[in-house]
Amino acid sequence: MSDTRPRVALLVTCLVDLFRPSVGFAAVRLLEDAGCDVEVPAQSCCGQPAYNSGERHLAMKVARTMLDALEPFDYVVAPSGSCTGMVTRHYPTLFHGTPDEERACALARRTFELTRFLVEVRGVATTGSRFDASVTWHDSCSCLREAGTRQAPRTLLGAVEGTVIKEAGDREVCCGFGGTFAVKYPAISTAMAQDKAARLEETGADTVLSADLGCLLNIAGVLRRQGSPMKVRHVAEVLAGETAGPAIGEPDP
Amino acid sequence: MTLHRLTSERFREGADEALADAELQANLARLRGNFLARRARARDSLPEFDELVDEAVGIKNHVLEHLDTYLVAFEEAVEASGGTVHWARDDAEARRIVLNICRDAGASTVTKGKTMVSEEIGLNAWLEQAGIEAVETDLGEYIVQLAGETPSHIIAPAIHKNRRQISALFNHHHTNLEDRESDDLDGLLADARQMLRGRFLAADVGITGANFLVAETGQTVIVTNEGNGDLTQLLCGVHVVLAGIEKIVPTLEDASTLLRLLARSATGQDMTSYTTFSAGPRRGEDHDGPEAFHVVLVDNGRTGLLAGPNRDLLRCIRCGCCLNACPVYAKVGGHAYGSPYSGPVGAALTPSLAGLARTSHLPNASSLCGRCEEVCPMRIPLPGILRRLRDEEAQRGASPPVMRTGLQLWSVIAARPWLYHPLTSLTTRLLALMGRRRGHLPHLPFTGAWTRTRDLASPAGATFQSRWKAGERP
Ligand code: SF4
Repeated sequence: MSDTRPRVALLVTCLVDLFRPSVGFAAVRLLEDAGCDVEVPAQSCCGQPAYNSGERHLAMKVARTMLDALEPFDYVVAPSGSCTGMVTRHYPTLFHGTPDEERACALARRTFELTRFLVEVRGVATTGSRFDASVTWHDSCSCLREAGTRQAPRTLLGAVEGTVIKEAGDREVCCGFGGTFAVKYPAISTAMAQDKAARLEETGADTVLSADLGCLLNIAGVLRRQGSPMKVRHVAEVLAGETAGPAIGEPDP
Repeated sequence: MTLHRLTSERFREGADEALADAELQANLARLRGNFLARRARARDSLPEFDELVDEAVGIKNHVLEHLDTYLVAFEEAVEASGGTVHWARDDAEARRIVLNICRDAGASTVTKGKTMVSEEIGLNAWLEQAGIEAVETDLGEYIVQLAGETPSHIIAPAIHKNRRQISALFNHHHTNLEDRESDDLDGLLADARQMLRGRFLAADVGITGANFLVAETGQTVIVTNEGNGDLTQLLCGVHVVLAGIEKIVPTLEDASTLLRLLARSATGQDMTSYTTFSAGPRRGEDHDGPEAFHVVLVDNGRTGLLAGPNRDLLRCIRCGCCLNACPVYAKVGGHAYGSPYSGPVGAALTPSLAGLARTSHLPNASSLCGRCEEVCPMRIPLPGILRRLRDEEAQRGASPPVMRTGLQLWSVIAARPWLYHPLTSLTTRLLALMGRRRGHLPHLPFTGAWTRTRDLASPAGATFQSRWKAGERP
């Protein structure tokens, strides 16, 4: 690990902000333990819902707010492959040919998904946490194909005491979330999520983990509706050892 | 310019029907992984695969830059070998040209190899109307034709059917076969072969598609695994090749580069069983071959595509790989798309050729998971094209108003932090109260699309940012 403490902005992501703040706190702890000074500049949404719905102008307005908020930092880290991909892959496209293009490209180069940042930028080998469970990893499409996160979470989970990883089949197949797709085409989205849930359950793992809350809400939605005992959590909670609270979609004890 | 039997506006209904059809779901499940696993093996056993892709993309990009030059060169080469080239601006013109050729030949029966352009222009129905019987000779196409359906997959037209269904279909139609073979795969093949043999011999005209058109030599190239393409064009008097104008490659060498990629991506084979090069009609010293050789070059929206931002689509070699990779296709099957082209390439190509007015479901019905782009051997940025089509739709003001208003509202709020924070923290507190006991939200008027089939986890309480601002730390 390097000795200078970089200034890192946490890109909270709106889903974490609204649905599961514990993931945000877990991410802050992990980043601080990895030797970073973490700040949370006031922020909202990365603009992806509008971007994927053909509303480029709206997306650009939202994205520009983000650009202003996140620009002053050494790094931007998000507990999400999807929001990371929005910044790293799509901001440059969105701002292409505008005066903000260079700023967008520069921000894209400094932005990382959380687990990948910990392993590849900060050289973290273990987060020193304990979680007594068998887990299966859901690769989100954005982690695989946009954020470059594939091995990092497996490395970190492999170092969690008490945790056994059981890999699922069809790992590269989408869970059917897809942002607004999930509510525009709910029947198809649910059918995809049911297939995904079946693959995850076949592993016999107790808990499914992922880096993207959107996928997790979708998968938990199907598992809970089916009455499955499988638990659903964000990977940051497990890596930070914060697993005392209820899993996603479970009632307060 | 239209696409035949276009019913994409029914996408949602088609998808619902497909999802409710247990037998179809089982048939589609067989497809999953099967083709793709073979493709992955073929890819892994060819160390230079990525370089091959680079080269192929380069060839097609070059052709698209100089399409006019190569098309003219192709025409000259075909004519030098004694063949005729026809230009069809749209589907109607293409149908007319083919019908005239058939009439001049006095044809009553034509056999057909697999051609997607024929599906695009609705050739079979047109010929039947004119009293000419068109017989599909690709096994999958033959099955689909007997069933009165359209192909549901670019390279596996009858993938939506299982053996039981095919056997029932043959029982129904093959009444003139003396002894029906058994219902195992070989039996069904033998049946079809016996039925088709007579047709090959009776045919006056043979129509095939083309995977490539070689500008330098005037040859047309098709690949098949059944050899039906060869019989179609050799046993008849007149051979007609139907091809989109984008099928051009400059040289034989280029064709062979693309061929290496096509078979691997489509079926995972190193090479298809038959690769057939056709050049002009039979010459004096030839043992067989047609008396006449016609190539019909079809535009049908392609030049428009060439001039627009989605021209990358014209690199497509119709390998079907993106269909095999698509999780939406895997659930709804090909027919739901209501277009000869289904799956990711269909969702991008159909609106690009036929306009968005009737096809706007297609670019939207995607989770943009990106797997299609990852496997596409021609590096076509399919999710990017779907996104661009969504932009176009929004600009026309054609997206569903509820969706638009919702997004506008969200974006207005999200672009103003002073609005976002108080509003979101109020809402999440409220929702958290409603869902705390069960961990998920009750049915709310605005969550129906989600909560009909899935639980919606309730927010945990105050937003992260409000807690952070209040000084809370991990
Ligand atoms: S878009 Fe790509 S993967 Fe899909 S059929 Fe065309 S070449 Fe094959």
